[in-house]
Amino acid sequence: MTTGVIFTLVVIGGALAYFAWRSLRGKEIDRRLIFLVIGATVALPLIFPLEFEHQPSPLVERIYERIEALPPGSQILLSYDFDPGMAPEVQPMADVITRHVLARGHRIAFMSLWATGQAQLNQTLNNVIPVDFPEAEIERDWVNLGFKAGNEGVLRVIASDLPKMFPTDVEGRPTAGMPALEGIRSAGDFDLVISFGGGKPGPREWILFVADPTGVDFAAGTAAVSAPELYPYYPNQMLGLMGGAKGAAEYETAFMGQYEQFADMPSPGRRIMGPLTMAHIVILALIVLGNVIYFRSRRERGTA
Amino acid sequence: MKRQLPFFLVFVFGAFMAIQYFVPHKTSEAIYEFFIDILPIIGVFALALGIWSLTKVSVDKIRYRRENWQYAIFTLLGLFLMILFGFTDENWGFHWRMSPEVAGEGTDNPNFRLLFNYVMIPIQATMFALLAFFIASASYRAFRARNLLATLLLIAALILMLRFTPFFGDWIGLRLSETATWLMNVPNTAAQRAIVMGVGLGLVATALKVVLGIERDYMGRG
Repeated sequence: MTTGVIFTLVVIGGALAYFAWRSLRGKEIDRRLIFLVIGATVALPLIFPLEFEHQPSPLVERIYERIEALPPGSQILLSYDFDPGMAPEVQPMADVITRHVLARGHRIAFMSLWATGQAQLNQTLNNVIPVDFPEAEIERDWVNLGFKAGNEGVLRVIASDLPKMFPTDVEGRPTAGMPALEGIRSAGDFDLVISFGGGKPGPREWILFVADPTGVDFAAGTAAVSAPELYPYYPNQMLGLMGGAKGAAEYETAFMGQYEQFADMPSPGRRIMGPLTMAHIVILALIVLGNVIYFRSRRERGTA
Repeated sequence: MKRQLPFFLVFVFGAFMAIQYFVPHKTSEAIYEFFIDILPIIGVFALALGIWSLTKVSVDKIRYRRENWQYAIFTLLGLFLMILFGFTDENWGFHWRMSPEVAGEGTDNPNFRLLFNYVMIPIQATMFALLAFFIASASYRAFRARNLLATLLLIAALILMLRFTPFFGDWIGLRLSETATWLMNVPNTAAQRAIVMGVGLGLVATALKVVLGIERDYMGRG
């Protein structure tokens, strides 16, 4: 344990002890003080990295196992349906899945239903593929279909005819005859479809308009706040789900544990779980202390 | 006529789309495919309409010096700069569409990336980051066991949050994880399914009202 981590734990522990002392005396905690402590709780573990163990949950494991089980050369569609606000949680999932899919020798078709998703997709194309897979060739191993306006309308068309919606890739190359899209007539012909996002259109629309009607294997990576809405579709319409930064961290753990050449890869999902875990602990303590004050004041009112 | 024609079109197309679902004939499916192909075109027009609407509202705000009109200048600057960078390459050459022969165009334009990476991402990240502070403050003030339902909600939330904490060792950690998974898979899924089905039935009712001309607000009240 480094000095920085010890300093972090002392600061957070000290703040919680002070909060507890005030609460036990029946005094409310000033809102500005809560803001200050939350700021420190998130910032310090980022400055002095604090990492925890993450065991993949069954929902995450099923996506990992599905990609592992597909024969090399399988075709996977990745849809970037998110914006920078969701990116800290969702981009790590998209990046690690891209690494996993290419490491297994599968082919990828990238696309986006969000205008901002195109720029997020470029982050993967610029930071992951040229760095970790310099031998991967556009058209043969991956294709960028880009963003299409039309939300659910786009999904309805690609559910029956993908080339009609994407006659060319984002840079104008004809998609007909591309090895990465060999034999693909509709989105249902892919071996696996994964949507990353949490808004509308997002994984839910993919299930309603593509996964359920075509029967294609579908998985989702979503912001934590959207994950509960997707549980009704698991496991029948959706084979797995990565929820929030924890889902990303679990997937990174599974991937880095099995692929030694990626053991030292950037793992932003695991990295942000440090501040997130500490913030959870502080919020948990605040809930408990808030209730201590509440019951104490209720008892005092009862005895008065 | 100005009102009757749209109602008539809504009724014909709405009724067709509903009946078509139950007619597995190739003519019916071909007509359905034709209409589905039109959807993305409507989507593109909606995008153009959105740009026009935002421009008009912002220009009016500046022209009539309405409250906080200065912000509208930045809205218009952001909108048109991103469009300009989207249509140009790094040497300011204009392109209608992206091409593999030209480097640094569209979303790869360095200026586009600069604005996206150093303006849009920090702005959205800031908005989301603020939530952490408000959630912390709200959970302290509002999350209290005032009655049975609030207590159940509180316990469920505590278990789900405790799942994230790594300090409980294997045995307790595993039980916490199992309980959290059960909470998400059973009570949460049951409630979400009920909501989904309720929303679905509500959508059918609303669609019927629109198709039959009972609900006419979408035409305006004029």
